[in-house]
Amino acid sequence: MTDVLEVKNVRVRFRVKSNFQALVQGIEDPFIDAVRDASFAILEGETFTLVGESGSGKSTLALAVAGLLPAEEGSVRFGGAEVTTMDHAALQAYRKQISFMWQNPVGSLSPRLSVGSLITEPYKIHKLAERDLKAECARLLKMVGLPREFSTRYPHQLSGGQARRVGVARALALNPKLIIADEPTAGLDVSVQGEILNLLNRLQDELGVAMFIITHNLNIVRHISDHTAIMYLGRFVELGPTDDIFEQPRHPYTLALLSANPEPDPDAAISRIELKGEVPSLMDRPGGCEFHTRCPFVGDGCDTNPPPLFTVSGAHTLTCHYPRG
Amino acid sequence: MNDALLTIRDLSVHYHTDRGELKAMRHVNMDVPGGSIVGVVGESGCGKSTLISSIIRLLASNAIIPCGSITFEGRDLLGLSREEMRRLRGDRISIVFQDPMSTLNPVLSIGRQMVDIQYRSSASRAHKIKRATEMLASVGISDPGSRLKQFPHEFSGGMQQRISIAMALQAEPALLIADEPTTALDATLEVQIIHLLKKLQTDIGCSILFISHHLGVIAELCDYVVVMYAGEVVEEGTTREVFHNPAHPYTERLLRCDPASIATKTRSLPTIPGEIPDLVTLPQGCIFKNRCEHVMTQCEHLVPAWIESHSGHFVSCHLAAKPGND
Repeated sequence: MTDVLEVKNVRVRFRVKSNFQALVQGIEDPFIDAVRDASFAILEGETFTLVGESGSGKSTLALAVAGLLPAEEGSVRFGGAEVTTMDHAALQAYRKQISFMWQNPVGSLSPRLSVGSLITEPYKIHKLAERDLKAECARLLKMVGLPREFSTRYPHQLSGGQARRVGVARALALNPKLIIADEPTAGLDVSVQGEILNLLNRLQDELGVAMFIITHNLNIVRHISDHTAIMYLGRFVELGPTDDIFEQPRHPYTLALLSANPEPDPDAAISRIELKGEVPSLMDRPGGCEFHTRCPFVGDGCDTNPPPLFTVSGAHTLTCHYPRG
Repeated sequence: MNDALLTIRDLSVHYHTDRGELKAMRHVNMDVPGGSIVGVVGESGCGKSTLISSIIRLLASNAIIPCGSITFEGRDLLGLSREEMRRLRGDRISIVFQDPMSTLNPVLSIGRQMVDIQYRSSASRAHKIKRATEMLASVGISDPGSRLKQFPHEFSGGMQQRISIAMALQAEPALLIADEPTTALDATLEVQIIHLLKKLQTDIGCSILFISHHLGVIAELCDYVVVMYAGEVVEEGTTREVFHNPAHPYTERLLRCDPASIATKTRSLPTIPGEIPDLVTLPQGCIFKNRCEHVMTQCEHLVPAWIESHSGHFVSCHLAAKPGND
């Protein structure tokens, strides 16, 4: 299987102070690194999941992959072509092959457009509107399990789950090679979450489309994803096949995340690793290992030396001085 | 459940809409015993928000209450004047909302907001500041004195929610309503907030009515749990009883649907097919019949009675009423 997407050492920076402010306040670096040294690959027809707390840089990385934010360093290659240096025309062509599902299912649909117009909008944007849009709309609605009559409805008439299905239909319109989904189940009820994930799984089996899913809901990750990366303060701390990450997590942060997950059983024997303190500010990254301020297993050198890359086996890697397990 | 702090009996809330009367909540019974944590579980549209708004009497203007009573500390809240109700809110009953960022005023410092809400107290300003400092410290915010000068955006999401909790508990209320307080947070912070709530609840000795659709959080935090579906309470009991022996088919399906309870990897997750019925034109019989796996003939016409399937474990389902099935 070949890579659909290959991301190498991507770094995304945001300016937080003007040069003048920085000068007056004596700040050396008026930028923050929202994403640093992110490297991963997504194989054809595979699902890659990015897990991390809010503010850890998940969405920023997704936007950089879609070419919607400039990457300061590193490369994003899609089907062999470099995305970071593309001009406007090339980006247009690139975006025909990837599609985005935004976080808020209802909020990401224009309230003034009917479902039919929303679903067929990608054809108009990419100047493919000469085809029979009505038939396309019916085909897409059928694919996501919505009745044909829905094409005349407006977003406020939809439930969260239905709005999400419309989002899926729209993402599928141009037959993309890659779908980027930002929190596809956030804000949905448990029973509806299952429906949406089953739909995504089914469509992937049928169409062979690759998926890049961003979530902080660990419970769903193991059921949908092939590879998983755990992100902390804009860096990957652990990356590997999803089964390995869940069965043999080695990074203390991954362990804490997995053990923090409350189980729906009042008698669940929970051996929980609790994290102390707050997530540090990106303006003031800790030295050495950036997790050492909250790590329960902190040891010699953690606060001074950046952790080395540790390979567990094959694709399972992490950055830690003292891997667990 | 004796010595209830809050008792709700036969409470219905309807909303006037263009299509007719929307029966958002129907004949709800519920008890919150003193010093306990009661969880309310249910999916969107089940009436959770209507329940909260009716307890604090902040229902939308198109709402009507055809029947029922809400008794809090021996007084019927529905019979209180606006002035009496205002005196209870924030003092005896307080609330923590879902999104901390929109709870706090973005243009006032935390200290100003925490002093402002003590307007009922005749204590000196210095004393109020001292009280605010103590509350911030009790929710685990380091260096509370100087942080009082900071604004909401200078705090992380988890800290903002802890500040909201500090503000809600500042007057040591008898009842704290927590409306999905951890939904906007991540797993590790969620656990921090749950533990904090439990600790403060023990310290202050208040009761908490905890609304959530996260079953794991309910299981970990609550003593009792109330399951709502389409505006009705379908099951109620101790958390252990309800989670281990769910008596209502809806509760049972809901527990099965939670991806956290599925240990082995699967490509096909369980769901609850169908949708909640239209609450303007209510169906006859059981409210869950169109989605129930065990639907029987009497479910079509007969509304199931509210029966005690075990001691302290109540359910409204014809299955539980069948003779020989306990």
